[in-house]
Amino acid sequence: MYYSMLFYIFSFFVIASSIGVITSKNPIYCVLYLILAFINSAILFLFLNAEFLAMLLIVVYVGAVAVLFLFVVMMLNINIEEKKSKFLKFKPLSIILGSIILVEFLYFLTIDNSTLEKLSNTTNLEQKNNTISLGNILYTDFALLFQMCGVILLVAMIGAIVLTLRKRPGVKKQIIKNQVDTKKEDVIEVVSVKNNEGT
Amino acid sequence: MIEFFNLPILINHYLILSSLIFFLGVTGIFLNRKNVISILMSIELILLGVNINFIAFSYFSSDLTGQIFSLFILTVAAAEAAIGLAILVVYFRNKGSIDVKDINVLKG
Repeated sequence: MYYSMLFYIFSFFVIASSIGVITSKNPIYCVLYLILAFINSAILFLFLNAEFLAMLLIVVYVGAVAVLFLFVVMMLNINIEEKKSKFLKFKPLSIILGSIILVEFLYFLTIDNSTLEKLSNTTNLEQKNNTISLGNILYTDFALLFQMCGVILLVAMIGAIVLTLRKRPGVKKQIIKNQVDTKKEDVIEVVSVKNNEGT
Repeated sequence: MIEFFNLPILINHYLILSSLIFFLGVTGIFLNRKNVISILMSIELILLGVNINFIAFSYFSSDLTGQIFSLFILTVAAAEAAIGLAILVVYFRNKGSIDVKDINVLKG
């Protein structure tokens, strides 16, 4: 009973904060609602015995992605304007298009329940440690996909750096090549000074 | 009321939850014409719904592959967020605005 009630409570929080994400005017509130949604769905992952992914969701999403969003929102300095007319203009279209998808999903849930019921009645996973079990198949069966994930992250990192790097004119920088290439003759001048004339 | 809470949580509950989150994400994409950041956050919501779906099926069918794919989705989503935000920063630096209606250079 407590399990069901906790599921409903956390699901309610996830859905409520998702509504907050898409309706808030201020982008910072949007990011904070997104963080709330991620934390609550991490708790839902714990109900599903996915402890490693729950912690990963908190570390990666709340710790990295949401903070990245917050940085960008603060850096871009967006003015929050009330555009009621624009908002109302797209509201019916968005509700209709979203509802079509929702109705399709829910229809597929009601159309054939036997497979889903069979799934629900199977004995649950006997695993001592979620992280160990995940690692056992991640590093063996899915090793190639794991490596590809690493490549994707590398490409994303290089892409983000290349995109945002810029050269400003007039900024003095240390150019190591020029420093190393400098010869003794370029910088030192030997002057023979006559007696009593050097100042 | 008490009987309602005594019912066990089946996979249907998780599927309905994930489709609701997916629906909210898709609606958010169409609803937000203010800035691109909201659209990126709606995409994160969509991916969260997909993740809940994967993990629910992984739990109820006793197969860890779903969790592995959820892990890969997390990785790709993080990469996508980083690239998207980088593009956004560059765009803001050039145009001074990230309003969706200002992005009309291609006249699409």
